Formats: sequence, structure tokens, C-alpha cells
Amino acid sequence: MPSGSADAATQKRPQADHPLAFDSSAKWERSAKIGLRPEPFGALAYHFDTRRLVFLKSAVLVQLVDGLVDHDSADAAIEAIVEPTDDRSRQAHVKALASLAEAGVIEPVTTAISSVG
Amino acid sequence: MTATQSSPLTLISKSASTKTQAVPPLVEQLKGGLDAPICLTWELTYACNLACVHCLSSSGRRDPKELTTAEALAVVDELADLQVFYVNLGGGEPMIRKDFLDIVDHAVSRNVGVKFSTNGYYIDKAAAERFAATDLLDIQISLDGFDAETNDAVRGKGSWEAARRAMDNLADANFGEFKISIVATRHNVDQLDDYKKMADEYGAQLRVTRLRPSGRGVDSYQDLRLTHPQQQQIFRWIMDHPDVLTGDSFFHLNALGKDTGETLPGLSMCGAGRIVCLIDPIGDVYACPFVIHDEFMAGNVRDTGGFASVWRESDLFQELREPGAAGACASCNAYDACGGGCMAAKFFTGIPLDGPDPDCALGHADEAVAAASAAGVVPQPSQDHSRRPVSLGAKPS
Amino acid sequence: MEPKTEPEVTAVEEALVEEELLVEEISIDGMCGVY
Repeated sequence: MPSGSADAATQKRPQADHPLAFDSSAKWERSAKIGLRPEPFGALAYHFDTRRLVFLKSAVLVQLVDGLVDHDSADAAIEAIVEPTDDRSRQAHVKALASLAEAGVIEPVTTAISSVG
Repeated sequence: MTATQSSPLTLISKSASTKTQAVPPLVEQLKGGLDAPICLTWELTYACNLACVHCLSSSGRRDPKELTTAEALAVVDELADLQVFYVNLGGGEPMIRKDFLDIVDHAVSRNVGVKFSTNGYYIDKAAAERFAATDLLDIQISLDGFDAETNDAVRGKGSWEAARRAMDNLADANFGEFKISIVATRHNVDQLDDYKKMADEYGAQLRVTRLRPSGRGVDSYQDLRLTHPQQQQIFRWIMDHPDVLTGDSFFHLNALGKDTGETLPGLSMCGAGRIVCLIDPIGDVYACPFVIHDEFMAGNVRDTGGFASVWRESDLFQELREPGAAGACASCNAYDACGGGCMAAKFFTGIPLDGPDPDCALGHADEAVAAASAAGVVPQPSQDHSRRPVSLGAKPS
Repeated sequence: MEPKTEPEVTAVEEALVEEELLVEEISIDGMCGVY
């Protein structure tokens, strides 16, 4: 199977094309298509379809990525997992999640039956 | 936001909350080495049906000490356990191994991505169909000339045709995007636009990499290496074509961008022994595929502790993960851009490792290369599986 | 990082720097030593 196939492209979320439009009130989860490997300062995430390699540069961010699925929204996950929860820290982590969404490391949790083939 | 400059308490709480400020830049972390490679090259066999003049592994004859199927599958398991993300299979010609598909399938089943590098001879229609149906698989076809004459002069008569046939078979089987990989030489650097067009027509991804004086390349290097004007030409071409891959093999040319601040895409660092390495057909672990020499051998996967302990504990790799000194390049204002270039290129041209890259774009190595060559102090590779003396235009068997 | 006289400027700059620090993408082809 090739890399960068059309299937991988349709997996990109509409919001994620524009990082500032990342919907942090939605529920997200770590993608099943990635390998996540702990490193001394965080983790490496490799997307097997797009072959993109992303470095998560803090242990807290890794915990956040793992913990997203346990919360109803990315915002709630940040509140629960990230410390301190000041505005700057929240913003930084929302922006980090937006980058990860664009890279396909995290995906929205679809509750309805997907119409995408 | 309450950040002000006046309160020391605010300043302290800023540093505490941004723990990430303690994290060095990514490149610096990678230079110190990781607990496991990100990816690596694994040459499955020294056997090859071709006899390319510049073969970096001096391949041709199978080595009788080649890893067995069981040993190879155990290596796959080790790589999977280490979470190596993908393995780049090569050789020689990897498809010559009878257990090639077993190795590929096992890697894929263990979630280790596979790319294999091949001359394409054995990719007939059935193989193409099989590959199209295999997940996590990427294929890279080697080609070193846009036309048969240019290519076959380096790779042997009939090799261009075989590569094109393989590409056609992959396209017909709807494999999807495969890679076409060229080693840039003096004789094909003017063909880059043609190559790009060819790759675009196939829907394939073009890859252009650096010729190094490794393996049989030691002998053909002087004939095939780029001239200084050609280096400028290729630097510009790669900057103008950011969708063309290079394997980060041209970062020694970043010196050409020192005034404009342009750098080629990539990490611009040597990954050998730090984030990548080579496993050879008999299980020897080298810093990278371009330094098959005892000087750069870290151990063997058959040693107690296997690949993991070689990667983590070998003296060589620990040494490579120490910060390096700029040496003779310290006074050059391009050093930050080029990092002193490629250790393999220096070694096989007889230049000290803290000296300039033989292809230093600013010409700082030109005299040293000539002198080393004249004095006969150029090392030979430690493994030579060539089938016979190789000359330009040799016909493959 | 030096304190600035404009708190807003400081906040935006720090947020940007943090974002750069938290996620970095590298190319799996952009590593020298694999052919």
C-alpha cells in the first residue's frame, strides 16, 4: 500500500486544515493509525498512512493525548490533565493539539455513523 | 493575562509553568541519540544480479554467513519491540532472498513500516499485485539516468529497461505512490527536470540523493562526483523543488546558503549511530550504510543482547553521541550551516573526521582530497562481495 | 526570555514560543544515513 493515499487525505478533519479553527469543545482521541513511542522529553508519534513523524516535546502533552478519550472535550481534558491551568498554558496546549490534529495524531471521536466511505 | 515585568514571583511562575523551556531543540536532542532508532537500513543480502559501479555495499556474491530466516524474523521482532517505526530493506538486491516476502509480511504484521530499495528486476506483474495488496509497504526503484545510455553506463546494460518495467507493473497494479531514487552524478545532474516529469507521470515520488565514495564508490567517485558549479546547480534545484526527497543527504551544501540564510529541508545532521544505523546481511551493525568499514562497526545482532544492546551500549555509538568538535572547520563561518558534512565521505577520501567534507561547497577540501589520493591513504571498505572487477558498461548476469 | 514593558506582547510571544516547544514535526526522509 502506498503512503499519502487518498484515504489518508480524507481522514483529515475539516477543522484541522486550519489550526486556529481546531474545535477544542469537541471530543478527540489518539488516532489508531499512529505509533507513539516514549522518549526522554515526551514522545515520537509516527503516522503509518501519511508517514509523518511528530515530536511531542513534553510528558504532559503525551499524557494529554492519551487522556483525551476519557473526557467529553479537549478543553475538559486540558483542565484535568495540564497544570498549571492558566490561560497561557491552556492556549499553548490547544495550539499543540491543533497541530497534532492537522498531522493526524489525534482525531475527533465520531459518535454518528460516518458517511465517509 | 497577568504577565508583567515587575514581579519576580511572576517571573518564577512563568519558568515553572513552561517546563518545556528546559527541553533542548529537537535537533540537539537527536544528536545525543535515542533509545531506539527512528528507522534504519537493513541490507538483507550481499547477492545482487547487477554490478553497479558505485554500489555502496560492494554487492554481488551472497555471503555464506548471511542471517537465516529465523534470525531475520527475530531481528524484525527486536525492531518491533523497540518500536522502530520503519525499516528500509536493501542489499544487494533484497528480492533475491527466497524469504523476502516472509520478512516483509512479518514486519508489517508487527506494525513496522517497510520500504524496500530495489533495482526492479524481479517486480513482475504478480509481484506488483502482491505488493499492491500489502499494507505499510513503500517501494523505491533505483535509477541513475533518465535515459538508458546514462543509466546503464553506471548500472549495467538492461538495467534501465528493467526498472521502467517494474514501474509500469506497479502502476498497472495500482500500487499507488512509489519512489524513484537517483544518485546524483556528474552525468545525470542535468536530467533532474526530466526525472521530475517522469516521476509526476507515474504519480511517483522523486528522491535524489548524494553520491558518496563508499563501497565500489571509492573507485568511481572521481569520475562521478559533482563539480562545484554542479553543486550550486543542484542546491538551487532542490530548493526550488521542496516536494523532492533527498534523505537529508545534501546538508553539506547548506554552506551555499549561508549568506541568504537558505537551508535545505531536513534535520541537516548526521544520523549515524544516533537516530539511524545499518544492519548488514551477516548481522553486523554499522553506523550507517555508507561506512561499511571496521572503523564504524558497532557489533553484531548475533551477540548476546542482540541489536538492542548494540544500539544502546556499543562503544562506537556512545562515542558518536558525544558532541563533536568543529576541528579544522571551526574558523569557517559556514560551519553552522553545513555541520562539517558527511563522516563517510571524509573517511573514504582519507580526510580526517574533523576536517572539511571532500565535497565542501566552498572548496576547502580540494587540496586535501588530491593529496590523500596521491599518497594512497584512502581506506578500502571492509566487506567486498563484488562478483568480478567492475567496469562501466558491464552487462548484468 | 526578557520581560517586556507591554504585557500583551510578552503574553503573545511566550504563547508562540511555547507552541513551538510543544510540537515539532520532522520528516522521516529528512534523516541522513538511510538510503
